[in-house]
Amino acid sequence: MTETVLEEKKVEKDWEPKIIAFLCNWCSYAGADLAGVSRIQYPPNIRIVRVPCSGRVNPYFIIKSLVDGWDGVVVSGCHPGDCHYISGNLVARRRFAILKELLEFFGIEPGRVNFMWASAAEGERFAVLIRKATKIVKELGPNKKFQREWC
Amino acid sequence: MGIEEDNIEIISSIRENAKKLLSEDQVDLVIGYSEGTVPLSSTPVIIRKAEDVDKLTWNNLCYMNLARYLAPLMPQLCDREGNALRIGIVAKGCVARAINLLAVEKQVDLKKITMIGFNCNGIVNRSKIDLEIGEKEILEVVVSGDDIIVKGRDWEKKFPYDQYINELCKVCKVKTPSTTEENCIGECKELESIHDEFSDIDDFEAKSAEEKWDYIKNILEVCTLCYSCRQACPACYCNLCFVDQNKPIWFGKTTEYRDIFTFHLIRATHLAGRCVACGACASVCPVGIDLNFITRKLEKIVKERFDYTSGLDAETLPPMMDFDMKDAQEFMLEED
Repeated sequence: MTETVLEEKKVEKDWEPKIIAFLCNWCSYAGADLAGVSRIQYPPNIRIVRVPCSGRVNPYFIIKSLVDGWDGVVVSGCHPGDCHYISGNLVARRRFAILKELLEFFGIEPGRVNFMWASAAEGERFAVLIRKATKIVKELGPNKKFQREWC
Repeated sequence: MGIEEDNIEIISSIRENAKKLLSEDQVDLVIGYSEGTVPLSSTPVIIRKAEDVDKLTWNNLCYMNLARYLAPLMPQLCDREGNALRIGIVAKGCVARAINLLAVEKQVDLKKITMIGFNCNGIVNRSKIDLEIGEKEILEVVVSGDDIIVKGRDWEKKFPYDQYINELCKVCKVKTPSTTEENCIGECKELESIHDEFSDIDDFEAKSAEEKWDYIKNILEVCTLCYSCRQACPACYCNLCFVDQNKPIWFGKTTEYRDIFTFHLIRATHLAGRCVACGACASVCPVGIDLNFITRKLEKIVKERFDYTSGLDAETLPPMMDFDMKDAQEFMLEED
């Protein structure tokens, strides 16, 4: 084996996914905070973007993240019925259902984009779900589909 | 009965009804199809006088969705004070569906619109014919019996209608306007729901992600991002489309696959539950992309998930304008 191949192997072995997480301000962001202050361990692969509500998450955010090379996307909001804006997450749920099916139809692996509910009191649940999402994305490997052709 | 006789009957009924509407002063103008300036084409026309109804025609190349003229209320369709005129519109099934959709979304006032209904006999897939003819010049197109005969200087080609019919028209269940007789003259039939078969899409979905990616990439890759599909679409009436937004510029303007993918995927999410399956986008595509494939998928999602078919009536809210506590959420991530 040549040196470069060995190097590539090493890179693949050490590869850690980068996941962008859109968390709603009122539940999931506070849930993530609670997981932090309760010292619950969860993978450091996620980078959090705070949004006012899961209904604020435009499907474009998710597609743009994938196209720009993020390995996975997580969107988390309040449980149905608990939305701070009453129905934001219900509207978002329909949008996500359609987006998820369309992404699959266009040939993106279904595990790349994950949707979840986590309330402000569920630090433990948040950590468990993030662990699960990270595991799924890790198994899928790096997101190479959208690399620029001239790179 | 052949396509030729069908067409003659449809033309006479359209002209008769348009004449009636205009001469009895029930409408101010009629929007319809007329012969195009080159063979193998048709063009929309606006008629204001009863004498002009002979301009109206129908053939199997009238692929445009005339509802496109209603949504961005054009100055031609208003009087001097800016009030909407009373409009008569030649409506095949999918045009009527689009009008219903615009009415639900409060873009048009159904009271001002009279549809001229007829039983549509399907549209021929123009890009398929174009591809077979290639660069030869077309001089004449004749419909005879069940064939479409395309003639050039010293050549002639026969296209059997049932082989070149648009895929969406093949499975179409809404041939006449689905509306009440109040705002329709001519044929119409109220439909509550339609049953549709999606075996082609099911077959495709059974494939692996890699195969799907390759197939979709293969059909979309030739896209030049000319946005013809958007311009022809009756449901795309935003004042500022996301691709034209430049504060911030989100959408890349190159023709690399990442931008083509983004455009078609976002357009699909915008049309979910609103697309009326008229096939106008695929018909106008200059590079012949099979956009009907995406249209069928959208129909399938909405039918299976929300049991909804767009544009069948002017009251039911499209699924994306509505929400329900009991919606299915099997796709959400859950703890084991």
